[in-house]
Amino acid sequence: MTTLRRVAGKLGALLLTLFLASLLVFFSRFLVPGDPVSFLLRGRKPSPEAVAQVTAQYGLDLPPWQQYLNWLTGVLQGDFGRSLQYRQDVSQVIGDRLPVTLGLVVMAGTMIAIVGLTAGIVASLNRGKVLDRAVLIGLTVLGAIPSFVGSIVLIAIFAVQLGWFPSFGSGEGFWDTIYHLVLPSIALAIVFVVLVGKVTRSSMVEQLGREHVEVATSRGLKRGTVIRRHVFRNSIGPILTVSGVLVAGLLVASSIVEAAFGLAGIGSLLVASVDRLDFPVVQAIVLLIVTAFVVVNAIIDVLEPWIDPRAAAGAGAR
Amino acid sequence: MTTPTMAMKVLRSPRARRSSTTFLISAVFLGAVTIAAIFASFLAPYPPNQVDLLNIQAGPSPAHWLGTDALGRDTLSRMMYGARTALLAPLLVVVFSTIVGILLGLLAGWRGGWIDSVLGRIFDVIFAFPALLLAIMAVALFGKGLVAPVVAMSIAYAPFVARLTRSLIASERSRPYVAAYRVQGFGGGFIALRRVLPNVMPIVGAQSTLNFGYVLAELAALSFLGLGVQAPTADWGAMVNEAQSGLIGGYFLPALVPAVAIVLVVVAVNVIGEELSDRIGGEIPA
Repeated sequence: MTTLRRVAGKLGALLLTLFLASLLVFFSRFLVPGDPVSFLLRGRKPSPEAVAQVTAQYGLDLPPWQQYLNWLTGVLQGDFGRSLQYRQDVSQVIGDRLPVTLGLVVMAGTMIAIVGLTAGIVASLNRGKVLDRAVLIGLTVLGAIPSFVGSIVLIAIFAVQLGWFPSFGSGEGFWDTIYHLVLPSIALAIVFVVLVGKVTRSSMVEQLGREHVEVATSRGLKRGTVIRRHVFRNSIGPILTVSGVLVAGLLVASSIVEAAFGLAGIGSLLVASVDRLDFPVVQAIVLLIVTAFVVVNAIIDVLEPWIDPRAAAGAGAR
Repeated sequence: MTTPTMAMKVLRSPRARRSSTTFLISAVFLGAVTIAAIFASFLAPYPPNQVDLLNIQAGPSPAHWLGTDALGRDTLSRMMYGARTALLAPLLVVVFSTIVGILLGLLAGWRGGWIDSVLGRIFDVIFAFPALLLAIMAVALFGKGLVAPVVAMSIAYAPFVARLTRSLIASERSRPYVAAYRVQGFGGGFIALRRVLPNVMPIVGAQSTLNFGYVLAELAALSFLGLGVQAPTADWGAMVNEAQSGLIGGYFLPALVPAVAIVLVVVAVNVIGEELSDRIGGEIPA
């Protein structure tokens, strides 16, 4: 069946992109002039033992391709080497901080979906009217507020001035963590709402003008039914595509929000590791974010035909 | 005379006039910020790092219109000097990425074939690295400051320009005027560079204008994280970073002034970029 071949083709492209990305992440270190030992030990006392240990651990005396293969074999088994700063396995350091980031991204993603879809649908149903323009202007303004600006404004208003929410830390226990993540996830969501909102609006507007919608209306179907089953359902494709792009954006921007709110997630870990010259951790987080982005987009790519059969069968199959 | 272009101009003019108010306001605002940045050493009331120990974290006053920060430095003066890095760095990124992107896009779109496929594959890999992530990685490799991030962001944005240029060039290539030049014996390089490229430049330029806003916000974020412009140099993103501790103490102004300035500049750039692409949209069939 062609479906199987299509999925296999996507999988091949996915693996190739991941392979090339891993080359970029690994060999970027070789762009830095000077010897690798002093690069990895920047800002630390290069005692002979430390030099010997780092050389042995990363196999720095081996030829580059051998180093890459060793690294890749480790990465595929979840072994990203050891952190120079925390003196722990990189996977351990990242694993400890992953839940906060995932919580943040899930909460922000939910907010983006709710606000973005609502704004897009409301605007499309009132196309050309005042409400449509108001929503569009609102979305544009939100889209111009970078996460760090959103963070400090929210801290100023809701943490310091009103004292409703904490301005620092990720809390303890489930509900307390959620409570601590409210402001950060709003700050993270703000700039991305415009993406979902505008795509939803234009996708809905396009469908609203199509003949099948007119037919459905003239058949006497209720407006709500027409919009739900004939307009919104057909508009999902572009919205899904844009959600794939969101994943990478949210993961990267979470580093800004986590730094602003003092959350112990992988984003703030990335920034701290750059600051403390802990390159193995940086390498691992960059690779994780890129992998998450590529994999999510591949999944959306593969799923799209099931959600929207027209994408599989070409135009006008239904 | 009712040529298509004339009809289009007649149809277009009311819309262009209606939206030109926001366009003008944005242009004037950006112009003012640019002038303040260029002539900061003449216009700023104080040197950017001059400390006024009697006025630490002071509110707006005749001496300090926008107050002072935790070290007693004049916020307005620092805003003017800070506009230099805030505007110049994204400008460099946009210029580099546009030049590289146009050349690669032209190559891929005009030649097609294996060059197109190889470039497309390379772009796919770069797309997998968000621009800010690539900039952070560049800092991890080459150290703090703006040089490495500007190069990294140029690499990250070039594929966007290249893919746009490629698709525009590819659709232009099959149009009759290209064939007409071919028949007259003009070389492929001449047609591509001197006859086709100028037709796609306005659309690419509008896109690059929009990119400027994104890059500005991302580089400001990098300085906010403490990885870009370093203290004591005045920079909008770095100013927000330095003002964070005062924020918790209830002193908002030194953080809010640069933050609001960034938002306003991004909005103004978006207004201009979107209107430019709207205007061009009517003239060049893509």
